[in-house]
Amino acid sequence: MGRIVLEQVTKRFGDVEVIPPLDLTIEDGEFAVFVGPSGCGKSTLLRLIAGLEDVTAGRILIDDADATNMPPARRRLAMVFQSYALYPHMSVRRNIAFPLRMAGMDKAEIERRVQAAAAALNLTDYLDRRPGQLSGGQRQRVAIGRAIVREPTAFLFDEPLSNLDAALRVGMRLEISEMHKRLRTTMIYVTHDQVEAMTMADKIVVLHAGRIEQAGSPLDLYRTPRNRFVAGFIGSPRMNLIEGEEAARHGAHAIGVRPEDITLSREEGGGIWSGVVGVAEHLGSDTFVHVHETGLAETLTVRVSGETPCTHGDRVWLTPREEAIHRFDAAGMRIE
Amino acid sequence: MATRHSRAAARMMMAPAVVLLLGWMLVPLTMTLWFSFRRYLPMRGGDLGWAGFDNYVRFVTSSTFWPSIQATLIIVGGVLVVTVVLGVLLALLLDQPLWGQGIVRILVIAPFFVMPTVSALVWKNMFMDPVNGLFAHLWRFFGAEPVAWMSEASLQSIIMIVSWQWLPFATLILLTAIQSLDREQLEAAEMDGAGPLSRFAHIILPHLSRAVTVVILIQTIFLLSVFAEIFVTTQGSFGTRTLTYLIYQRVLESQNVGLGSAGGVYAIILANIVAIFLMRIVGKNLDA
Repeated sequence: MGRIVLEQVTKRFGDVEVIPPLDLTIEDGEFAVFVGPSGCGKSTLLRLIAGLEDVTAGRILIDDADATNMPPARRRLAMVFQSYALYPHMSVRRNIAFPLRMAGMDKAEIERRVQAAAAALNLTDYLDRRPGQLSGGQRQRVAIGRAIVREPTAFLFDEPLSNLDAALRVGMRLEISEMHKRLRTTMIYVTHDQVEAMTMADKIVVLHAGRIEQAGSPLDLYRTPRNRFVAGFIGSPRMNLIEGEEAARHGAHAIGVRPEDITLSREEGGGIWSGVVGVAEHLGSDTFVHVHETGLAETLTVRVSGETPCTHGDRVWLTPREEAIHRFDAAGMRIE
Repeated sequence: MATRHSRAAARMMMAPAVVLLLGWMLVPLTMTLWFSFRRYLPMRGGDLGWAGFDNYVRFVTSSTFWPSIQATLIIVGGVLVVTVVLGVLLALLLDQPLWGQGIVRILVIAPFFVMPTVSALVWKNMFMDPVNGLFAHLWRFFGAEPVAWMSEASLQSIIMIVSWQWLPFATLILLTAIQSLDREQLEAAEMDGAGPLSRFAHIILPHLSRAVTVVILIQTIFLLSVFAEIFVTTQGSFGTRTLTYLIYQRVLESQNVGLGSAGGVYAIILANIVAIFLMRIVGKNLDA
């Protein structure tokens, strides 16, 4: 079990309201990702759930039990920190065993669980090393090992991959996803990287200035962003947002078109918009073309499948897919 | 930084300082060694010639030698225990956010700025005086017989005075160490179910081990030569005659420079034994 419910949870630091009253339910076994720009309150929210910060008002329910004033240790949650927070003077074995020792479990059972966790995380050969002698990825695994041996009701991850290099990050992302599929335990994962959010989540919670902008499955958020903020935040490269006359033509204050919903033509008059190529990023599988001087926005980004022979200074013509245009009103909310 | 040219220049620039420091150390050392082999009685005939190892033999076979080593070790050990234990506790306290933190920290550091002679006199006359001292008044207030600190608890008194002086140093070093502890480690331990005492024992104390090592090393070096506190309080009586004080008495009270110098050489040896010993037990702490 691991159903976490937040009811009107509020957090204030002095006079600053970091998190205005907020409701959220995370179902048992769900992989929920809190995503948002830095300072949006996502880490604070995670720490409120962990019990490392006190809530100012509201209730936190874990498995229907009121955990609002429960000390962190009794919430049966395990947390993986951004800095890993390994104990530097203890061997990997003792690091992983620490929560079990604190729970007063008997030695044989501790050893059995540590071995099992180490085997699952490819750490068996490193059990007698100190964290200082491990690479970033291995430290990350130790931190995860320390979390899984406790068999918690839910895992909390606080930007766990942000200290790893890009290649390792992709690998660990897959490992964590697979671990979730295997364990079926509730996980709450905080990140500022929308790619991590899109690839791992069952449910994405987009936060902005402490408010939930939208919560839903990754594709829901991608296809029907509730407002301009979510539209701009989810998806890479970002959605093109266009204001002014062109938007008014669609009966909206602003319209948004994703880069892959625009077709690019190099023929004279081959589209309804035209502009000059600034940079074309050739990724091999795709090409991202950044187009300037369209008179619509500073830059329009277009994604072209495969290779395209665009270079700096070329004039191109663009056509958006009409049915893929998102419309937003003056308040930034979606118009259906 | 590491070209041959810059290295040569660096050596040239450092030479005056190195030469000065070497002279500073070598001249007194050589003179001590020289005098320790002479029969030198300034008031009774001056330099009376070669003495061989007589001074060395006389110094250690004197009935005051071993008690003085014992007193030295008790004072050093006592002060180390008191300052490290109280230093850790005070550092933990000062690390908590509390009102007026800046002022409290300055107050805690203040004793370190008081000269040893002054602080020992203040302790002796204001606190420990058996008739008019604050402690005597306190004892009488509770109906107890005032303690004659300097004669009845002489070693404890000196340990108390010296600890008071060195506590700020220990606290300061340990406080900076505590402040460098990664808060996420404490939070992780909290989530792992460690209570405040377990967190202290398993996370904070191991983190402090290196700072404690530094405190012990530095304090030992200074505490071996504690002098002023003894000079202005007990004058070496009531079992407070340390090796340093014994040497002083041999040279200035008995006017026997040769014998005192031999004692000085023993002090150098003792300090080095203690230093090597400490380095070996705690050295691995500094490597890690």
